[in-house]
Amino acid sequence: MVEVSKRSDKHRNTLPGRTLINLFYENSTRTSSSFEIAGKRLGMDVVNMTVATSSVKKGETLLDTAATLNAMNPDLLVMRHNAAGAAALLAQKVGCAVINAGDGAHEHPTQALLDALTIRRKKGAIHGLTVAICGDIAHSRVARSNIHMLNALGAQVRVIGPSTLCPSSIEELGVTVFRSMEKGLPGCDVVMMLRLQTERMAGAFIPSAREFYRYYGLNEKRVKLAKKDAIVMHPGPMNRGVEIASTIADGVQSVIVEQVEMGVAVRMAVMEMLAEAREATTV
Amino acid sequence: MKPKPPHGRLFVNARIMDPETGRDLHGDVLVKKGKIAAIGKALPREKFKDGKGIVDCKGAVLAPGLVDARVFIGEPGGEHRETIKTAGRAATAGGVTTMVMMPDTDPVIDDVSLVEFVHATAAAKSPVRILPAAALSKGQGGELMTEMGLLKDAGAVAFTDGRKTISNAQMMRRALTYSADIDALVMASHRDPHLGAGVMNAGANATRMGLAGIPREAEIIPLERDMRLVAMTGAKYHASCLSTSESVEVLARAKDAGRDVTGGVAVANLCLSEIDIGPYRTFFKLSPPLRSVDDREAMVEGIRSGALDMIVSNHDPQDVDTKRLPFAEAADGAVGLESLLAAALRLYHSDSIALMRVLECLTLAPAKRLGRKCGRIAEGARADFVIFDPDAPWQLDDTKLRSRSRNTPFQDALFQGRVLKTVVAGRTVFKQDG
Repeated sequence: MVEVSKRSDKHRNTLPGRTLINLFYENSTRTSSSFEIAGKRLGMDVVNMTVATSSVKKGETLLDTAATLNAMNPDLLVMRHNAAGAAALLAQKVGCAVINAGDGAHEHPTQALLDALTIRRKKGAIHGLTVAICGDIAHSRVARSNIHMLNALGAQVRVIGPSTLCPSSIEELGVTVFRSMEKGLPGCDVVMMLRLQTERMAGAFIPSAREFYRYYGLNEKRVKLAKKDAIVMHPGPMNRGVEIASTIADGVQSVIVEQVEMGVAVRMAVMEMLAEAREATTV
Repeated sequence: MKPKPPHGRLFVNARIMDPETGRDLHGDVLVKKGKIAAIGKALPREKFKDGKGIVDCKGAVLAPGLVDARVFIGEPGGEHRETIKTAGRAATAGGVTTMVMMPDTDPVIDDVSLVEFVHATAAAKSPVRILPAAALSKGQGGELMTEMGLLKDAGAVAFTDGRKTISNAQMMRRALTYSADIDALVMASHRDPHLGAGVMNAGANATRMGLAGIPREAEIIPLERDMRLVAMTGAKYHASCLSTSESVEVLARAKDAGRDVTGGVAVANLCLSEIDIGPYRTFFKLSPPLRSVDDREAMVEGIRSGALDMIVSNHDPQDVDTKRLPFAEAADGAVGLESLLAAALRLYHSDSIALMRVLECLTLAPAKRLGRKCGRIAEGARADFVIFDPDAPWQLDDTKLRSRSRNTPFQDALFQGRVLKTVVAGRTVFKQDG
């Protein structure tokens, strides 16, 4: 799939005539366009629905929307929603396959898969690596999906962040918790930064972005604490100067742009496999 | 109302269980003019010559009708969820003959006329007795006291802000002080509105599911505060629905110190834990939330030891519209009247708590706390009772619930122990089919 995206003719018409609906209850540029491009490269008809233009604003419930869309017989539904469990709820009520493109602070599975692909291409394997996930763990679905993925593939997972941004009992997910970058970064092969999700912060979690950057921002000095060949990742969109310095984001160790590239390939693979599996069972 | 048989009715061949006297005997109960006229091993049957008026209980348990101290009903304002009539019918199917209606309605029951409305509607439409509780603060706003004296005279059995916790300690102190003067019972809920703003028990499960947690402290802190205020004011206080092991300890300490406090627990917190939520099942989104397995066991032990006094259904009907939503957005609450006895009997079957103790928590204890004469099988007492088979297996079918709402966490649950008949003032108001 990665090769397909590098060709000048990027069509891989394995799913012609199938309909993909992108249902985004939260603003997203990169994920929705990534799914859209992936769908189009597979030859699907892609419809994008965002909150601003849909009837959701008129008070229609998630399940009513689901029933309406379902009646149009899509083959794949991609949904992002601000509530944990929303994708699972949708999947119970529609006949087509549902891909979770992020549900609240729960999971973002395709992000973890694209991160895995990126790490594997850079490091050869994931087993045995030490990965630090840094910053706003509490509000991050990316963190949760990555913790599950990395543990399943045999990596050592650390989380680094202030206690107010690390949810209770996070250790039980199989991670080691560090309260400072200085303690958590040494020995890491991968440094995964997370976006500080100010829009989800219902209360005061940290005093200020400035203070957060001072103690938890990834700058040149802190990058050097990790292994020399460590890679730096970020699911985007970045808050430059809040969780990551521009020099690092654009530096040689950064694989942030490659993550986006892998995103399209991974989503193509997910959709193709899902469609094939479903068609195999229904025939 | 049907005409009463001249000689009353004779319930024979029953295992009579009365938590007040501890009586547990096989015998008969004679009912006359809505009251229990005689209890005995073999009461004379001469007056019932043709067998008319004799009810054969076939060895089933005859116990006081259940007294449920925490029931939310949608009337007025939320009749699409539940009316006084449908709640009454649901109660009969659960063996509940008296229930306390919480004032969380729209408008809130904070005025004499509304208490009278509940009384009048219940008398006309409900087959079981409904005792209105009035709000402790006006509009349940947590700032101004209601007319507690007038409300009490109008028939409010207790004062409570229902689902809400009064966060203003000064207001709570004054309300408790005033209630002590007029010897009124205050029933409080414990969930700090800020600390308890999450949607399920805080911990590894909430973290894994990406849901905001309700820490145990959100319950313990207001409970501890109230225990201090009770010590300060001498109020008569009931903690409606506790859910954590520490809460049981806090309450037990206050009892040891001689305070006039009692505690209740919702049957869901005795039977279920947060594990049961599974894949974001909103019917398990309750308040207080389902806690850990250890907490469930602590609540059961609280019932066994007497640290907790009563079991309530915490019946809270919710419409499909407020439940078929993503977990975080769904409303709290579950219906529970119809499954109250069967669910509570799990304590007898699975946690080896004596049947008499389970019954006491469902009947006598709430009756005593509310200052009512019900909840007893005694000569002269009102003939409110439930006849049930403590061992009969059955499966709950949510489509057959009599409640107007079907948000039960016991959908398709297997139970042991089933209500056969419910009798209110000597009249059978419910009879199990088959």
